[in-house]
Amino acid sequence: MPQVTVENLRKTFKIAERDPGMWGAVKGLAVRRYRTVHALDGIDFTLEPGELVGYIGPNGAGKSTTVKVLAGILVPTSGKVDILGRVPWKDRIEHVRGIGVVFGQRTQLWWDLPVIESFDLLKDIYNVPSDAHRATRDRLIDLLSLKEFLDTPVRQLSLGQRMRCDLAASLLHSPAMLFLDEPTIGLDAISKLAVRDFIKEMNRRNGVTVILTTHDMDDIEALCDRIMVIGSGKILSDGTLEDLRAKVKRERRLVVHLAHDGMDIEDPDAEVVKREGNQVQLRFDPEVISAPNLISRIASKYPVRDLFVENPPIEEVIAKLYREME
Amino acid sequence: MKAYLAILSSRFRMLLQYRAAAVAGTITQIFWGWIRVMIFEAFYRSSDVVQPMSFEDVVTYVWLGQALLAMIPWNTDPEIRSMVRTRTVAYELLKPVDLYNLWYSRTIATRTAPTMLRSVPIFILGLAYFGMESPESTASAVAFGLAVIGAVMLSVALSTLLNISLMWTLSGQGITRITAAAVILFSGLTIPIPLFPDWAQTILRLLPFAGIADTPFRLYVGHIPPHEVIWVLAHQLIWTIILVVWGRLLLNRGLRVMVVQGG
Repeated sequence: MPQVTVENLRKTFKIAERDPGMWGAVKGLAVRRYRTVHALDGIDFTLEPGELVGYIGPNGAGKSTTVKVLAGILVPTSGKVDILGRVPWKDRIEHVRGIGVVFGQRTQLWWDLPVIESFDLLKDIYNVPSDAHRATRDRLIDLLSLKEFLDTPVRQLSLGQRMRCDLAASLLHSPAMLFLDEPTIGLDAISKLAVRDFIKEMNRRNGVTVILTTHDMDDIEALCDRIMVIGSGKILSDGTLEDLRAKVKRERRLVVHLAHDGMDIEDPDAEVVKREGNQVQLRFDPEVISAPNLISRIASKYPVRDLFVENPPIEEVIAKLYREME
Repeated sequence: MKAYLAILSSRFRMLLQYRAAAVAGTITQIFWGWIRVMIFEAFYRSSDVVQPMSFEDVVTYVWLGQALLAMIPWNTDPEIRSMVRTRTVAYELLKPVDLYNLWYSRTIATRTAPTMLRSVPIFILGLAYFGMESPESTASAVAFGLAVIGAVMLSVALSTLLNISLMWTLSGQGITRITAAAVILFSGLTIPIPLFPDWAQTILRLLPFAGIADTPFRLYVGHIPPHEVIWVLAHQLIWTIILVVWGRLLLNRGLRVMVVQGG
């Protein structure tokens, strides 16, 4: 039986608008003009226990709206949601007791309290028995290496440390499900790896079902067996990473720093996307030419100071997917 | 229940750390108390009419007001203010607790912890040097103690209502100023209520504000006999219930708008 069932979920927002300038402000006093935004436009999916699903899409696509509805803090306009036999927004208190939520943009710890005191407070709020709490807490502290800053107030933590603490906090009451909204946003490479390893561990070892929204393609590649892509409030694609790749043509970027300004690069298998000072960005298809080949060809022809390969930003992949779907 | 107690005690412990604010507050309140006592002294000396309250009682009443000033519902919670302003109140709903009870519990700490820090030195100095007297009798002391608990419950209910009102006013400046002015005047903190004209006293006794300062203070000085504490408590309790129900209704309405429109 699925753990999460979402059927035809819709969320419509009415946004008040006014014309710019003084006249617009005055007019706004008398007549309010509203624009209707369909943040979620008929979403359907189910999740089985133990799945690790990536939920991706451009800004404003409806990712956070979905997570908020699933977390029980936003009431949808219409549609059905069933999580562990409950309707999140109707039975909020019991529902949130069984889930963990992390919003990368915002901590849920107490800003002025030392980390360990936040953990103790959560124990009382979720009414976790002392023994169970101690065991879970110590394991989380160990897995996330939190020991050295347990006595530091949350406001003095670095973003990476804070995120690790937030992850631990979301799991102290041993929830069956975890909602992660951009947990790696703004983190440095090492912290990102630590967070990813931890999420994987929790999912594989403890069987926690995870929904992860992110803009980081590497998160998706490292973690998710299944990827749902949302755009303009609709699910555009739902399947494995390979399914997604098959839908969008594979593309990589090569960024080259040349020794002199104003030089140009020409290559039969790569297309220049951007030119800025001595920096040139090329687009290439790794199935036509592999990255090492392209790099050695360019390095031999041009005075290269530095170069690196990157994935196109997720927004572009999604935007491309979206254009292709239309 | 355990959850709310935990929130209360953690916030309480946190607030006890603001030592510099407590020292500054204590000094300010002693200074103001001293000025107020001098004003009343001038007033009593210049009049031959027998006043409804003795000068000694007024002095004690003034010092009680200075000692317990931090208990008065005169401001909103900066954390709740910033949560409302940045539209992150909804995240409070991620915890498996009732939001009204959560806010009420944290406000108990906000109203009591700073009061504890400031009242002890003011009581000691007031009793030793500034003409403050000890309670009229043991019974008065007990009655005062009970009424202070009632006053805290009432003050917290009003503070919580103010905090909830932030969901509509965002900045809370206007409502805070109006409420602060009303509370300080109508609770007897500027002029003891027995010194108001009779017609005003009738109204002020019915309003909730007297229960925050005036009635407990008058129990202390014996101006209200100890056995009448029951009426004081009833007045405080009725208003606390009204304000709690009002706050809950308002919060539910605010949350409904928020969880429907997003936020």
